[in-house]
Amino acid sequence: MSRQVRRNSKPLKGLQKERTGISGFDEITRGGLPAGRPTLICGSAGAGKTLFAMEFLVRGALLYDEPGVFMSFEESDEELTTNVASLGFDLNQLVADKKLILDYVFIERSEIEETGEYDLEALFLRLGHAIDSIGAQRVVLDTLEALFAALPNEAIVRAELRRLFRWLKEKGVTAVITCERGDGTLTRYGLEEYVADCVILLDHRVENQISTRRVRIVKYRGTSHGTNEYPFFIDDRGFSVLPITSLGLSHKAPTEFVSTGIPRLDTMLNGRGFYKGSSIIVSGTAGTGKSTLAAHFVEAACKRGERALFFAFEESQEQIIRNMLSIGIDLERFVKKGLLKFQNSRPSAWGLEVHLALIHQAITDFDPAVVVVDPITNFLAVGDRMQTKSMLTRLIDFLKLKQITGMFTSLTSAEGALEDSEVEVSSLMDAWLLVRTIEANGERNRGLYILKARGIAHSNQVREFLMTEHGIELLDAYIGADGVLMGSARSSQLARERALDVERQQLTARKQRELQRKQEIFEAQLQALKGQYESERDAILRELDEEQSRLKIAADQRLEIARLRKADDSQGTKIDENGARKARKGAAG
Amino acid sequence: MKSTPIKKSSRRKASNGHPPQAASEALNHWNLRLYVAGQTPRSVTAFKNLKDICEEYLKGQYHIEVIDLMENPTLARGDQILAVPTLVRKLPQPIRKIIGDLSNTERVLVGLDIKPR
Repeated sequence: MSRQVRRNSKPLKGLQKERTGISGFDEITRGGLPAGRPTLICGSAGAGKTLFAMEFLVRGALLYDEPGVFMSFEESDEELTTNVASLGFDLNQLVADKKLILDYVFIERSEIEETGEYDLEALFLRLGHAIDSIGAQRVVLDTLEALFAALPNEAIVRAELRRLFRWLKEKGVTAVITCERGDGTLTRYGLEEYVADCVILLDHRVENQISTRRVRIVKYRGTSHGTNEYPFFIDDRGFSVLPITSLGLSHKAPTEFVSTGIPRLDTMLNGRGFYKGSSIIVSGTAGTGKSTLAAHFVEAACKRGERALFFAFEESQEQIIRNMLSIGIDLERFVKKGLLKFQNSRPSAWGLEVHLALIHQAITDFDPAVVVVDPITNFLAVGDRMQTKSMLTRLIDFLKLKQITGMFTSLTSAEGALEDSEVEVSSLMDAWLLVRTIEANGERNRGLYILKARGIAHSNQVREFLMTEHGIELLDAYIGADGVLMGSARSSQLARERALDVERQQLTARKQRELQRKQEIFEAQLQALKGQYESERDAILRELDEEQSRLKIAADQRLEIARLRKADDSQGTKIDENGARKARKGAAG
Repeated sequence: MKSTPIKKSSRRKASNGHPPQAASEALNHWNLRLYVAGQTPRSVTAFKNLKDICEEYLKGQYHIEVIDLMENPTLARGDQILAVPTLVRKLPQPIRKIIGDLSNTERVLVGLDIKPR
């Protein structure tokens, strides 16, 4: 919010805000600090008050061209300049450009004697002069409570502070006043009574030896604001608040698909892969190939020319590259091309919130299409289940908002049920690949199945997969009478089946040959019978012929004899007749 | 760094009535600077109180410089002035500061190390 806007604003517009330029802070305050009013920043020692205040000024000067005055009661100009140089803030340059005035107010109590009445007009004059000399719109007083320590008369200090806040408002500067946190109170000297507009609390907690910084808006008069505790962290780019608590469920649902990098796995997923922008969890016990699946996924993205970001919490970049190369996935070339970036860190290096912030920052900087977090279960070493789930929810929301496809691996302990994804985030995920080793017959084999894939008609088979020189290869599903078989059981079963097949073929062949033989035998027998019949028939016919010829001969002989004997015809009619006929015939012939 | 002493102080010096050499010696001894913000009743009181104390205890050995921060706000930084009126004992070393209208003479004398604490 620039000065211009503020000046032109109508009273009805509500409270005007001044952007701090601090990453994330303007989101949780919905626009920044109340413009032209003082804001109290309280927190215990080391909470980041001074840095917040300084960044407020530096960002104001650099981003919004609003000069600022930093009145320090604790650190000298040189100390301040050195301290923030590590964050890339060049205070000397800003001072030279008349964008910033550093004023170190040093009060040595032992030097001071108090007699009679006084006021702090000198402080006002000093500040007023600084403000006027560069036209400052932002003022920081860090830490104002030093006045209580320096000046013996608390009543005067209180009265003067009250006047100071009023004066600051009249000046129309947006002021940040830092205060030490008191015991059970926001500020040690109750300054929150005077600064009623906006009170911000910075907190620094250590849980399980891991520190997390948090910021909370205790009070912000006249405006709505986020009321949660927001984690923040301080790194080489300064202060970053993470307004990532409630992105809600309003993200878009793309209809494009993203390949898994394994063709046959794509086939199992309706032939196309996962939806773009979806979140995929790959869970399984140790050594089941979760990271390898992730590497395939990343490789596929890089091959398409998309950027991929790999958050590794177990292995170093070199280790991953080496290991994946052994199965034929060359990730290094993509790293060199700038398509793939690894971010490796130990989970215990930071608190969950810082991890989340770093992931956010890396994603924002790199703008990837695909993100892998390997594995999410390691976060349980840093936070409890609730915290981890909350962190992952925010991460997933963030990815969805950016339409980044995310793959998360999750290590399942061997004892637990396989479907029990450790971090209980499965309900947040759109797709769930389960890889498992199946132990049988003295060996472990890798099996993969799709437990769920929202909006995708997916295969329900358990598929065995192998790690080959060309990466993961899914084998055909073998589903026999005894269920799914894998590994050597599968191959021996296949061999058995092949043997059975051969046996059956042989049996058939044998039967066919037998039939053939039977036919042949039959035909041979038929032939033999025929031969026999024919020969017998011939013999019979021959006998018949012979018999007839014998009969004829006999008759002839009889006739001849009769003729020779000249026997009379009356000796047998038939014979007679025949003889007569024959005789007649013979007579005639 | 040095501001122009306002009329009062020059007048005060002029009415000192000491020989020049004694005055210069005195300058080296007690060099006092009074910071005020405008001619407020409190400023005037403070100056009057200071003058009275010096006349009584440091006669001839002091030099008072009055600095009006309304006119020269940048000078507040040099002596780290927050409150007005503030009396700064520049000399003798070490620097001492006394804030307030100097109405309590005892405390001023202690503050200036004229009287032991």
